[in-house]
Amino acid sequence: MYLTRKAEFSASHICANPQWSEARNRAVYGPNANPNGHGHNYVLEVTLEGEPDPVTGMVFDLRELKEILNQEVVDPMDHRFLNREVPPFDQVVPTTENLAVEIWRRVEARLRALPPAEKNGARLANVRLYETADLFVDFGGPAAL
Amino acid sequence: MTDIAATNVRLTARYRFSASHRLATPALSADENRRIYGKCNNPYGHGHDYTLEVSVEGPVAEDGQLVRREELDALVAERVLTLLDHKDLNRDVTEFGGRVTTTENLAAVVRAQLEQHWTLSTRLAGLRISETPRNTFSWESSR
Repeated sequence: MYLTRKAEFSASHICANPQWSEARNRAVYGPNANPNGHGHNYVLEVTLEGEPDPVTGMVFDLRELKEILNQEVVDPMDHRFLNREVPPFDQVVPTTENLAVEIWRRVEARLRALPPAEKNGARLANVRLYETADLFVDFGGPAAL
Repeated sequence: MTDIAATNVRLTARYRFSASHRLATPALSADENRRIYGKCNNPYGHGHDYTLEVSVEGPVAEDGQLVRREELDALVAERVLTLLDHKDLNRDVTEFGGRVTTTENLAAVVRAQLEQHWTLSTRLAGLRISETPRNTFSWESSR
């Protein structure tokens, strides 16, 4: 069974490679390369896969998942300039693809660190990140897809 | 992000178009057409605001992108939206080739348009078309 928890954060970014000319960045990233940046209301959907615990009836504690998403994503990224304030995006272009992968990495590390009793066998199945209502990226982990 | 350079992501972009159509087939009698297609068989036709989701899948390139947004948008605009937006599917879109303009057949037309003219280095992974928010048809490419 799949469980999906949603979270929102708003952030600004620039999609550009600092090694490249402005013209080349425009060609590769379009208006996202604007040197002064721009922002989005990101919507994140994190999906876990597991079996409901026979006693609690829950795949995973939603409060725990909410807390992980707050600590790993919303607190560090909400109302931030990703390129300037949120590593590794001082080094890595914060495209929606790279953001989805970074969010996977952060959430997966937290789940992996949980004691087995708390984790209840649940695993991270998918990270979906909406940059706008009309554009989103799914990442199912390094071995998936 | 070197350790994930070879991993696949899936990107989905949503587009909109508005079109009219009428569901009717000459293979059936007028009564049968009315019975099967109901209101959609109204002789004067009717219209919808369709939404189209195009999904691509593949590894993230060195620029951090699976696909350049402007290339995907241009391809969909040129090959799909200009063909369908503010058109009558029965009369204006010869790509149906006589098939009934159901959203199932519309999805097949869109898929053929994209596959035939696909110029992107990433793979077309799937399509979803909503005729109304209550009716959605999707196709998933086999891997």
